[in-house]
Amino acid sequence: MDFRLSEEQEAFRQLARDFAQREIVPVASQYDESGEFPWEIVRKAHRVGLMNLEVPEEYGGAGLGPFEVALIAEEIAAGCAGIATSLLGNGLALLPILLFGTEEQKRRFLPDFCAGPNLAAFCLTEPNAGSDIAAVSMQARREGAGYVLDGVKTFITNGGVASLYTVVAATDRQKGARGLSLFIVPAGTPGLSTGKKERKLGQRASDTREVIFEGVRVPEENRLGREGHGFRMAVATLERARVGVAAIAVGVARAALEAAQAYAHQRVQFGRPIIGHQAVQLMLADMAIGVETARLLTWRAAWAFAQGEPGAEVLSAMAKCYASDVAMRVTTDAVQVFGGYGYMKDYPVEKYLRDAKLLQIYEGTNQIQRLMIARRL
Amino acid sequence: MIAFDLTPEQKELQARARRFAQEEIAPVAAEYDRRGEHPAFLIERVYEAGLINLAVPAEYGGGGKGVLDNCIVTEELGAACAGITTTIMVNSLATTPLVLFGSEEQKQSFLRPLCEHRALAAFCLTEREAGSDASNVRTTAVPDGDGYRIHGRKCFISNGAIASLYTVFALTDPERGARGMSALLVPADTPGIAITKIEDKMGQRASNTAEIEFRDVWVPRANLLGREGHGFAIALKTLDYARAGVAALATGVARRALELATEYAQRRVQFGKPIADLQGIQFMLADMAMLVEASRLLTWQAAWLADHGLPNSKESAIAKCFASDAAMRCTTDAVQIFGGYGYMRDYPVEKLMRDAKLLQIYEGTNQIQRLVIARALLKGR
Repeated sequence: MDFRLSEEQEAFRQLARDFAQREIVPVASQYDESGEFPWEIVRKAHRVGLMNLEVPEEYGGAGLGPFEVALIAEEIAAGCAGIATSLLGNGLALLPILLFGTEEQKRRFLPDFCAGPNLAAFCLTEPNAGSDIAAVSMQARREGAGYVLDGVKTFITNGGVASLYTVVAATDRQKGARGLSLFIVPAGTPGLSTGKKERKLGQRASDTREVIFEGVRVPEENRLGREGHGFRMAVATLERARVGVAAIAVGVARAALEAAQAYAHQRVQFGRPIIGHQAVQLMLADMAIGVETARLLTWRAAWAFAQGEPGAEVLSAMAKCYASDVAMRVTTDAVQVFGGYGYMKDYPVEKYLRDAKLLQIYEGTNQIQRLMIARRL
Repeated sequence: MIAFDLTPEQKELQARARRFAQEEIAPVAAEYDRRGEHPAFLIERVYEAGLINLAVPAEYGGGGKGVLDNCIVTEELGAACAGITTTIMVNSLATTPLVLFGSEEQKQSFLRPLCEHRALAAFCLTEREAGSDASNVRTTAVPDGDGYRIHGRKCFISNGAIASLYTVFALTDPERGARGMSALLVPADTPGIAITKIEDKMGQRASNTAEIEFRDVWVPRANLLGREGHGFAIALKTLDYARAGVAALATGVARRALELATEYAQRRVQFGKPIADLQGIQFMLADMAMLVEASRLLTWQAAWLADHGLPNSKESAIAKCFASDAAMRCTTDAVQIFGGYGYMRDYPVEKLMRDAKLLQIYEGTNQIQRLVIARALLKGR
């Protein structure tokens, strides 16, 4: 048992914290407002080594483990959840290549990708396949030495800005979940196009859109793992990536708590700073309990993946579900502590609240997380 | 470097405590709860098994282990019976001032005999008018000759009527209020001590809770812990240490509720299938599982900090508050999953729910814990 970070872990955390506070915080509300994609931040993050965190160094990544990723994700998200989602979207999209790709596939795709400030997108969700992954209906028809992909993916993070897509499609629609396979599709492949950018409640700096496949030809060597193993691979990818969502949630909740705490010191009502009132103190205490608990669950899950511990996937479901529920509650309460000011865009907390909602929904709704946890019991 | 694994010794200790809890405590828990009686014979067994006074150094007859080890054991025992575990845990609470602040001589003359005689101790802080406001203690210990004469009444004292040693907090300088408070070791057989009431409680009924009257009880100066006027600080420091134990106990209670509810849900058939197949039940179980896992992590963190001599006041308050709220919710939901049966004494979950309530109240109400946390935030911790 040890609750201390190593010096190296502290250093990564500090690097990410400095980056978030210096580069992201000053521009977060501007990107939120405009909905413009934060390319500038992506370039800077790439330059300081805060991209492609789990990609081994030999392929041009940062070569970090899941625990360090969680530390960094919290910090970036404390700056802006939308930007964190964009940057960490790479983690999710590249994970299937790292986990299931052959050496040849890793060599072919990763070094070029990691060399520049590139983004990747994981294409799973469809209009009729959200929580129900097995309902994926996008077709991957065998043709010659490859496949032809036809169908529409929806709500794809980094959809319009990615240079590389990992795509779940049905090689055998009769077989349901057992008929799914995973493919790597570079941007620019003929037949691949993207729809309009979704206008979202929050996380507006993140690019979310439809990705449309019309007769997209993919060579067989771009298939990850075996035919029919796509469902299993997608699930394994999500189980692991979920720790990142939990960490983002911790970051958002922490930022909201810190903002509320600072504000409560400043704001005077009834003749004293409102932090002097028990009603406010008790709210802040509950927020702090939430943040601390969410972080421990996140760390616990991240550590389990780092150790290859059996049952890590249940811990990541718990962490994701718990931390995102905490983020929702803590951000809502932060707005409450700020009162009327909190509702205004002049202050950062209303953005935290809007951003938090997505954390309960994406990468497996919290309802799905609960079902998974219960099944394991 | 972060790590969440237990050492082989800790795993062995955990397995031993679990076995003891299941073989010795669980079979008699309902009976002692019903009778509202302290199972004296079990204390003898707990001593034999080496599962009490864990954090007392080995040289004084204790387990020589840390706060974390203590918490690992407490969760296991707590899963079998919270009341019996409170009896055991309170020995740690009452002896912590002695371990942390006692002189070598005091440890030899009080701690060692307590462990050797397999006896119990009690922590006497609370009074009728000094609950959450512990600084409002009115019991006095006025200097008298080469000692102190204690006068006053302590209430809600766990192990009150069964302890052979009391750690009493009283005012040696009543003018100075909390700054005039001191901690005194008082053997239970000292003349002038009377048990004026044994409480009839809603839950944790196997734990003895008593009101104690101190009527001109004289103790020698040698029984003063630390210095005069340091009593309040000693009490607070002790409670910081003890809170992780309450959190561990709460984790045990919550875990038991989850285990029982999970088992029952798989057995109980309604609408033609086990209720565990219904999403409504699955969601409840999943929420309980998250709370149990989180409670344990918070407990271990608080205990680990204490073991490493690091500040743990905020973290232990978070652990105590969260874990006991979690225990209340998990036990309430367990009764819900059992439905009508859960409400009946034939099933064990209603006891868990009654037992859990006290966890939100004793050793600092959860409202006080939240204020402790908020104050830590105020100080930028």
